[in-house]
Amino acid sequence: MKKIGLLLLAAATALLVTAGGAAASSGGTFVFCAPYGGDLFSLDMHKTSRTQDYIVGLNINRSLYKWDADQSKPVLDLATEAKVSADGKTYTFSLRKNVKFHNGRTLIADDVIWSYNRIAQPETTSSAASYIANIDGAEAVIAGKAKTITGLEKIDDHTFKMTLKHPVAIGYSLCKVETAIVPREALEGKEAAFATNPVGCGPFKFVKWVRGSEVILEKFDGYFEPGKPYIDKLVYKIMPEGAARDIAFRAGELDANIVGASQYPIYQRDPEIKDNMIEVAEMYTRIIGFNPEFKPFADKRVRQAINHAINAELIIKKLLKNKAVPATGYLPTSSPAYEKAMKGYDYNLARAKELMKEAGYEDGFTFECIATANKSWGVGIVEALIPFMKRINITVKPQQLEGAALGERCRTGKFDAFIWSIESGPDPLETLNRFRSTTPRSAGNYTAYANADYDKALDQAAAASSETERIEWVKKANRILFEDAPFWFFNYNKAIIAYHPWVHGIKPVAIEMMLQDFTNLKLDDSSPRK
Amino acid sequence: MVLPLNAFHGYRYTTISRKGLRRHTLPIARHQWPRRNTGGAIDTLFGTIYYLSQVVQRMRAYAFRRILQFIPTILIISMIMFVLLNLLPGNAALMAGDQRKAPDPRIVEQLKKEWGIDKPVHTRYFIYLKGLVRGDLGTSFLRREPVNKLVGERIWPTLRLSIAALLISVGIGIPLGFISALKRGTLVDTASMIGAVSGVSLPQFWLGLLLMYLFSVVLGWLPSSGYGHGKFANLIMPAITLGIGYTALLARATRAAVLEVLHKDYIRTARAKGLSELLVNWRHVMRNTMVLVLTTAGLQFGALIGQTVIVEKLFSWPGLGSLLVDSIFQRDIPVTQGCILVMILVFLIVNLVVDLLYSVVDPRIEY
Repeated sequence: MKKIGLLLLAAATALLVTAGGAAASSGGTFVFCAPYGGDLFSLDMHKTSRTQDYIVGLNINRSLYKWDADQSKPVLDLATEAKVSADGKTYTFSLRKNVKFHNGRTLIADDVIWSYNRIAQPETTSSAASYIANIDGAEAVIAGKAKTITGLEKIDDHTFKMTLKHPVAIGYSLCKVETAIVPREALEGKEAAFATNPVGCGPFKFVKWVRGSEVILEKFDGYFEPGKPYIDKLVYKIMPEGAARDIAFRAGELDANIVGASQYPIYQRDPEIKDNMIEVAEMYTRIIGFNPEFKPFADKRVRQAINHAINAELIIKKLLKNKAVPATGYLPTSSPAYEKAMKGYDYNLARAKELMKEAGYEDGFTFECIATANKSWGVGIVEALIPFMKRINITVKPQQLEGAALGERCRTGKFDAFIWSIESGPDPLETLNRFRSTTPRSAGNYTAYANADYDKALDQAAAASSETERIEWVKKANRILFEDAPFWFFNYNKAIIAYHPWVHGIKPVAIEMMLQDFTNLKLDDSSPRK
Repeated sequence: MVLPLNAFHGYRYTTISRKGLRRHTLPIARHQWPRRNTGGAIDTLFGTIYYLSQVVQRMRAYAFRRILQFIPTILIISMIMFVLLNLLPGNAALMAGDQRKAPDPRIVEQLKKEWGIDKPVHTRYFIYLKGLVRGDLGTSFLRREPVNKLVGERIWPTLRLSIAALLISVGIGIPLGFISALKRGTLVDTASMIGAVSGVSLPQFWLGLLLMYLFSVVLGWLPSSGYGHGKFANLIMPAITLGIGYTALLARATRAAVLEVLHKDYIRTARAKGLSELLVNWRHVMRNTMVLVLTTAGLQFGALIGQTVIVEKLFSWPGLGSLLVDSIFQRDIPVTQGCILVMILVFLIVNLVVDLLYSVVDPRIEY
């Protein structure tokens, strides 16, 4: 009797040990947050243009390429191979043969062609239209002058040819979740229903969207990577409030959380959290844009003087609590065209004064800077500049506006200066095209920047035959932009995700930290939801 | 004559005349309700229902008039709202995208056309009014769904939250105020009034966070936020956060009202004729206080609906308040208008109900 008891005890212990082991294996529920401004709008990736929707849509959908966070560049996803012609204009894609949509149908080349055509149709008003605009004949469809994109040609069910207008690295555009491949039969005639009940070919299929509260996804058994995804269920809690997210994370209700500026220093001191944070310099550059129509700002020397006069590192350290990477130019550290050699404008008061004197503004002037209430790039930062500006006799007056109002003023050029966070990736060429002299204010060139040399460098980059050559020209353009200083280069966002020790597989996604692909995510058995 | 009591219609009796048997019903006023010879709580309950139905009948005309008054109110509000919202700088076509990206002017123009915001304001207002008359609040710019549906989904969570807060406040605030007034100057009074003052001045946002920290992180009893598919546990903290200020206010209002009533002559009379303190409080103080308390409670309930904005945002509660805030920031004007309109409608209805309740509480008030 005693023996049996002992045996039972041993068996129970063995069971406990295995159960308690920290080995990450399949299964479990992962609870994440959707933190950006309230409820989702739509899960139709072609129609929405909000990051909040992409965060969820990314795990339901797949595109031709995907963003590889580790290499910080796009790689093939739905295709296994892309043969590029010598002139770089023709791509022949071989699609994977085992890709299934959540409705059970196998993905073929027609789906890709149909999806891109849908994006181009004017009635779709897709923000992804610009991503496929480089395909031959796409512009005509976008403009409503043609019905189908001529540059897409099916060869067989799993092969198709794509002809481009310019030889660009198309992966940067086609890795976006906005260019997801969707099944035609799930959309035609039921677009409105699709937005709240999407069908994709990604690792997770849609289960439920409780408006304003959460979105639930579950593992798709027919996913093309065998054995993946590892987790069974994925839940996104819609939580716009940073403080509430922090508490939910600490209470273990969230498995991971995007870290805000106010939580960052506290998390860094927290012994349980500090080792479970992942950081990346996101492709957003925070700048003050100078309006050349405001007379002093028309002079390059004044703009340079301002860049020299501010100790950006001090502001980042004291005000942003190091939750930012000091900017050394427009393109961020995570950009493929980033130059380590670029040092940024040093804090040099003597040089600043000298430049102001040369420009004839020794006695300074007064300007107004419009700003939002944002902590990292808002009115607080402009206020911090006041003493720095005072030293070169400039008076800066911050004026607080709400985001939408600021955007309107920027687009119409009604400002002396503005401070904002602006996208600076992933494709460096596309990023810098925003500041071409031909780009109007309304399309994002808020400071009406115009420099013929800069345009020329970008033209060269676009016409370059190899990737290395292209990057070299982009780097040159970036240096010209830096030298001309249409902005005060402040910082690149440092995005941070904190996670519980049982979570494995959060990636440093430089294009937007929250765009986490959970195909490879694993949970330890110590997870409370496993 | 002892007449048989019919719970619904009062006393019912039959007479015989030349025309034959005739049935009569003798309506009774509330003060004539039999107290002893009915012998059942059920009868009293039905009697009350009967009385209320009488009140409703009497007030039907009044209520109808009041509801008619809703129309100009809503018309004026909708106009002010429409003009103000359309004066706001920035538009949804821009907000549709990530603000940090370069806007695509082609899409902006196309969206403006699709949503009809390229038309002048007055044209848009008439289009809006036309829809409103048919009960159509329009279509959301950004969500591309009918506003009726979006708002409809959010009303219940907000009402649920507000009613829970109301129940907490009425259940705690009124008794607390009553006791404080009766025990005026004692420790109980001082303590509860200090509590009430702090309750009024507590910022909801901060209180909510403290509650979350205590009950979710430290004790782990309650889920920190979210709707939890309508689970009761998820309702507790938001309701307390929303209700606490209201509780404090009600406690103070009740206390003041009771103190006022306690000095009235009829209270002295009641005491003089030898009524027990309990009955004095129950029959005379309570009833007379109720009118004042009801005024405060009714007005504040409207404000409560407005305050859900903060609480809902904090607790990720999928109600009207959070939808309203989001839609304002996104310049999704049809949704903003829809939310405000529904909130105003709730406010108007609550006020109407309060007005009608006056005559129930105080039969001297007639319409």
